[in-house]
Amino acid sequence: MLQKRSLLSLLLPVSVVLTIVAVWFVCSAMQVFPPSLFPSPAEVATGFAEEAAGGRIFDDVIASVFRVATGFVLAVILGVPCGLWLGSSARARAAFMPGVNFFRALSPLAWIGFAILWFGIGDKSAIFIIFMATLFPIVLATVAAMANIPNVYFRVARDYGLHGRELLMQVTLPAIMPQLITTLRLAAGLAWFVVVAAEMSGAQEGLGFAVLDARNGLRADLLVVVMIVIGITGVLIDWLLQRLTHIPSVRWGYDR
Amino acid sequence: MNSNAHTTPVAPSITEPSLQLANVSRSFGTMHVFDNLSLEIARGEFVAIVGPSGCGKSTLLNLLSGFDKPTSGTITRHGKTRMVFQQDGLFPWLTARENIALGLRHLHDDTARQSQIDELLALMGLQPFDAYYPHQLSGGMRQRVEIARALAGETDILLLDEPFSSLDYLTRLRLRSEFTRLLSERPRTVVFVTHDIEEAAHMADRVVVLSERPARICCEVRLSTQRPRDLTHPAVVEAVKRILDEMGLREGNENRAK
Repeated sequence: MLQKRSLLSLLLPVSVVLTIVAVWFVCSAMQVFPPSLFPSPAEVATGFAEEAAGGRIFDDVIASVFRVATGFVLAVILGVPCGLWLGSSARARAAFMPGVNFFRALSPLAWIGFAILWFGIGDKSAIFIIFMATLFPIVLATVAAMANIPNVYFRVARDYGLHGRELLMQVTLPAIMPQLITTLRLAAGLAWFVVVAAEMSGAQEGLGFAVLDARNGLRADLLVVVMIVIGITGVLIDWLLQRLTHIPSVRWGYDR
Repeated sequence: MNSNAHTTPVAPSITEPSLQLANVSRSFGTMHVFDNLSLEIARGEFVAIVGPSGCGKSTLLNLLSGFDKPTSGTITRHGKTRMVFQQDGLFPWLTARENIALGLRHLHDDTARQSQIDELLALMGLQPFDAYYPHQLSGGMRQRVEIARALAGETDILLLDEPFSSLDYLTRLRLRSEFTRLLSERPRTVVFVTHDIEEAAHMADRVVVLSERPARICCEVRLSTQRPRDLTHPAVVEAVKRILDEMGLREGNENRAK
């Protein structure tokens, strides 16, 4: 029964993908759209082999992932403590939340101008944009998660003598952890969106640059190759972060 | 005040009150929850507080625990208090064992701590579930773990806020007898808030009946019968009758004596 189900859960999506490829194949074989604008599956496969042989596509993936990881980790390192502080101080919230909301509402792509002015073309400006894109959502979500902690936990903590650092590490952090993990997944997804846009104007390599490069070269086949790689890498990043929800001490946030 | 039937105090050391409220008033804005309430609870005494819902039973516990402060009057506490909540008082990110360990934080020797936890788990019949997280346990087991956590270590005063009210009747009955048995092994001063009059009469040395807001003590019923008591013991039945009378909740003739 279980085997049957897992077989089905593999067969269903595979057959959907195969159907899409088949429709795609028929459309391009019948030349429904101009071939220069609508590559065939075979052309894409050749394009992929070409890119893989040259190794350029892998360099692009590494460049983009490195930027996302660095900007994202920096945002977590700064954003979570800031969120904890704002979450625990009404005065700090009153002072800073309007500012946080402003930057949260500001499209991260608006930072591209300053990123290039300040950091030039390359890793630094892309990392800066990703940092700016993910910092404020992380801060906001941490504040919101703290507001959701049931008061009972703090009363119990008081009864059992948990104060200061112990209260933070043994009550506040574990209490927000399930929500925090969800936030990290959303923020990583956002970072992966943003890196493509950031690399279109501020980089000489990376998947965003590869999109631009393929378009400039009128290589629709490579455009599809890069898009597929962007999608798959994004799914893998989320899958990796989703593993965090399997930690036993956070299961309570998802199971009930 | 008009308690006259069973006036023998169970706890011998009435001389040293564990908790003392003297002329305590507490109001939230214009709402007066307590007006000049005085109550003394002896060391080792088991006091149940009953009353109509919304009369301030939980506020009373908050005052006793020090979580809330009275508007006027004084509260004296001799010893450390721990509260047991109606539900969800356990930390969901800790296993049953880890939750109970929280009650033994004063023990620095891990072997001593673990053996104490094992003893508590055994007392509660929870050994097979020590590695379970609260959300994997039934409501009754969660309350057992919470009581074990509260009884671990050297707390003097236990405050319970309707700890069994979210459970079904049979589980409630079982937990009453388990709680009583545990108390006989680890005596504590107990303040037990409940809306369940039968529960109060079944377990307590003294049942304090509160009136509507602003709450005053409208009567106190003492029960001198040893625990564990049978639910149908005449003293328990008599106490239930008296409390129902006081609250004006009995149907028909009040002198329907046994």
